[in-house]
Amino acid sequence: MTDTCNKIVAANVEKLPEITEFIEGCADQFGLDSKKKFGLLIAVEEAFVNVCNYSSPDRKGRIEVLCDRVDDALVVEILDSGSPFNVLSLPDPDTSLDIADREIGGLGGYFIRKFSDSVSYRRRNDQNVLRLVVNRSSSTGRL
Amino acid sequence: MPIQTSKETTALIVTITGKMDALTAPEYEKKFSELIAEGEISFIVDFEQVDYISSAGLRVLLATAKRVKAVNGKLLLANITGVVKDVFEISGFCTLFPTHDSVASALSASLG
Repeated sequence: MTDTCNKIVAANVEKLPEITEFIEGCADQFGLDSKKKFGLLIAVEEAFVNVCNYSSPDRKGRIEVLCDRVDDALVVEILDSGSPFNVLSLPDPDTSLDIADREIGGLGGYFIRKFSDSVSYRRRNDQNVLRLVVNRSSSTGRL
Repeated sequence: MPIQTSKETTALIVTITGKMDALTAPEYEKKFSELIAEGEISFIVDFEQVDYISSAGLRVLLATAKRVKAVNGKLLLANITGVVKDVFEISGFCTLFPTHDSVASALSASLG
């Protein structure tokens, strides 16, 4: 991959397959192994769905996904013009609770952190920008 | 929807194929709700042909488990392997649910 690739879709969960296909293509072109690719797909899905549900719940917004190669890492940025929303600000779920006490939800932000080698959020030009970095090598990955 | 059911004496075997993601999860949740409404309370979910699961898929399992637990039912999982197993381990769902290496093993456990 030599250039930045991007994909723009409506902020609607029904567009998830288009995003998945785009990320798979970028990951394959970059040469990410199957486990790292699987983790990246989960992280991007969680981020995409969070924007659809919280940042642009009226489904009128658009989401842009950028893929770029920086040194030996694949960098994915998810941009939206919705309300300021930092999915990374959500607390981790308590993974030790049993079925009765375990809350439904709360895993999205956790998976974004767990399946990326690094992740950051910022507002840029009135947009939410979530940046995920996945290294080619598995040394720092969780999978 | 890629979901098949097979009735055994002690449980309903639910075989899922493909992805359990944010797009497909609502369909699965609806199906489980229908099955519970029909009186099913013990399920064995066969994951052999599931190749992807995100938090949306896990939420369906947890919501269903809470409902069947409330009526003294069971939700057992079988054939969770590979990358799907990694997701279960990271999320703590491996300890949350009884998991089995095969449907036969889960069926034996459902007798108890």
